[in-house]
Amino acid sequence: MKRSLILGAALTGLMAAAALLAFAWVPYDVAAVDIPSKLQPPSTAHLLGTERYGRDILSMLMLGAQTSLAVALVAVGIGMGAGVPLGLAAAATRGSLLDEALSRTSDLIFAFPSLVTAILITATFGPSALNAILAIGLFNVPVFAKLTRGAALALWQREFILAARTFGKSRPRISLEHILPNLASLLIVQGTIQFSLGILAEAGLSYVGLGAQSPTPSWGRMLADAQTLVGIAPHTALFPGLAIVAAVMGFNLLGDGLRDALDPRLKAGRT
Amino acid sequence: MPLSLLRRLFTLALSLIAASLAIFLAVEVIPGDPASTMLGLEARPETLAALRAELGLDQPPVQRYLGWVAGMLRGDFGISYTYRVPVSELIADRLAVSLPLAGLALVLAVALALPAGLAAAAWRGRLPDLAVSGGAQLGIAVPNFWLAMLLVTLFALRWRFFPSGGFPGWDTPLQALRALILPAVALALPQAAILTRVLRSALIDAQGEDFIRTARAKGLSRGQALRHHGLRNAALPVLTLIGLQFSFLLAGAIIIEQVFYLPGLGQLIFKAITQRDLITVESVTMLLVCAVIAVTFLTDVAHALADPRLRRR
Repeated sequence: MKRSLILGAALTGLMAAAALLAFAWVPYDVAAVDIPSKLQPPSTAHLLGTERYGRDILSMLMLGAQTSLAVALVAVGIGMGAGVPLGLAAAATRGSLLDEALSRTSDLIFAFPSLVTAILITATFGPSALNAILAIGLFNVPVFAKLTRGAALALWQREFILAARTFGKSRPRISLEHILPNLASLLIVQGTIQFSLGILAEAGLSYVGLGAQSPTPSWGRMLADAQTLVGIAPHTALFPGLAIVAAVMGFNLLGDGLRDALDPRLKAGRT
Repeated sequence: MPLSLLRRLFTLALSLIAASLAIFLAVEVIPGDPASTMLGLEARPETLAALRAELGLDQPPVQRYLGWVAGMLRGDFGISYTYRVPVSELIADRLAVSLPLAGLALVLAVALALPAGLAAAAWRGRLPDLAVSGGAQLGIAVPNFWLAMLLVTLFALRWRFFPSGGFPGWDTPLQALRALILPAVALALPQAAILTRVLRSALIDAQGEDFIRTARAKGLSRGQALRHHGLRNAALPVLTLIGLQFSFLLAGAIIIEQVFYLPGLGQLIFKAITQRDLITVESVTMLLVCAVIAVTFLTDVAHALADPRLRRR
């Protein structure tokens, strides 16, 4: 469906634009505390109101977008960077010790409740955005490894791969030159899904105090700060939450739309 | 079949051993000495040494690992460093909150997803489908702790239907149940969204099968054919997901328990990590991992039993 692609691209584009703009400009300095104007509802001066220290919520959301995007981006990068080569190697050496070890390790990692492990990791190495990235990224590795392995195994049976093999190409070369390009759309789609999961995970970890630490703005921590104020100043909880929903939905829709656009077989199957 | 079951059991045992090793090693790395955390900074060295000996911390790691595993096999999870009571008692106490919460959330999720998924598949591409798919898309994107805050604002603070947090205990069952309703809804909605999507696509897949065409040809309406024949065939992927969701709900409640100040398993592990109560961290994590591995194993076996096509292979 074109609609999800457009809506998804618009939402993620808006988030990326806000994050980029925040490098150059935000409406208000978020380091400055302005107690007299605390907890103001949305107005022309503060479009989304102010939080408990009088800081501008819009400015904090823009800077929080940077944190969310950075964490999700690096976490997906870790997952792809380690998972895709592992999956390719496992598929190329099907049934080998490496293949078996990879499958077992992936299953083992999947058995760990991700949140508990993320909490364990951040508690071990101290709460910070970097450790949140590592914790989220670790769980992305088996996701990409399994996906790559499964799809690559199917490709290895195809005629064009057979042709490349009779041509005398080595397995690593075939993996890189013929398998990987054919997996690109699949990986992009999974990437957007993991991206949205990463944003949710970062928000959750920050909410319980194990993600980005002050003064790095983060949507999850804004929600944690708003929790006791939600009765008297609902807007302090409303806008950060909406930002998370919009970002996660944006990446999910983008993934759905890309899958339909990149894979003609799926589109044909749907109509 | 017995051979494949044996193989599965062997993998199950290996996974459990690997998981226990991974957890033990991870917890070993956690910085901070539990004994000095318990006694404070001013503790005398000889008191510290005595406590370390009492907790078994002076033994070599291999011995501690074997002791821990042997204990767990007997149902003895050790003594909590901070609470000074058996960890198994702590876990049992917390499970009295977490299990009903996860169960309630799961029932709610299924109760929502079943009609929604059926409607979306039956009226595919039409208004009900668009509404359900849109709602599911939204439900997946909503962080459950934010949903929890919104629910508290409306149903606890404004309309006072439910308490905003805390747990009165099961001595007053009705009050206890009331305290679990909002957390269960907050946990259930995102899971219901995922379940709806899987159910919808499983039903749509089933719709393309010959037996649905046969059922339609013998005069059943589309809805009847879906309910009587499609649902049963869509049940396998859905049941797998429900199995996985239960273990997720058990562990995923950590954040929700923070929002509602519920004394559940999540809160126990969260506190245990911050207080360096390593034995509790190890045991609760192991319990959760065991639950996931066991559920995966059971759904595997159930699959083979339920689906004649898999059995024959």
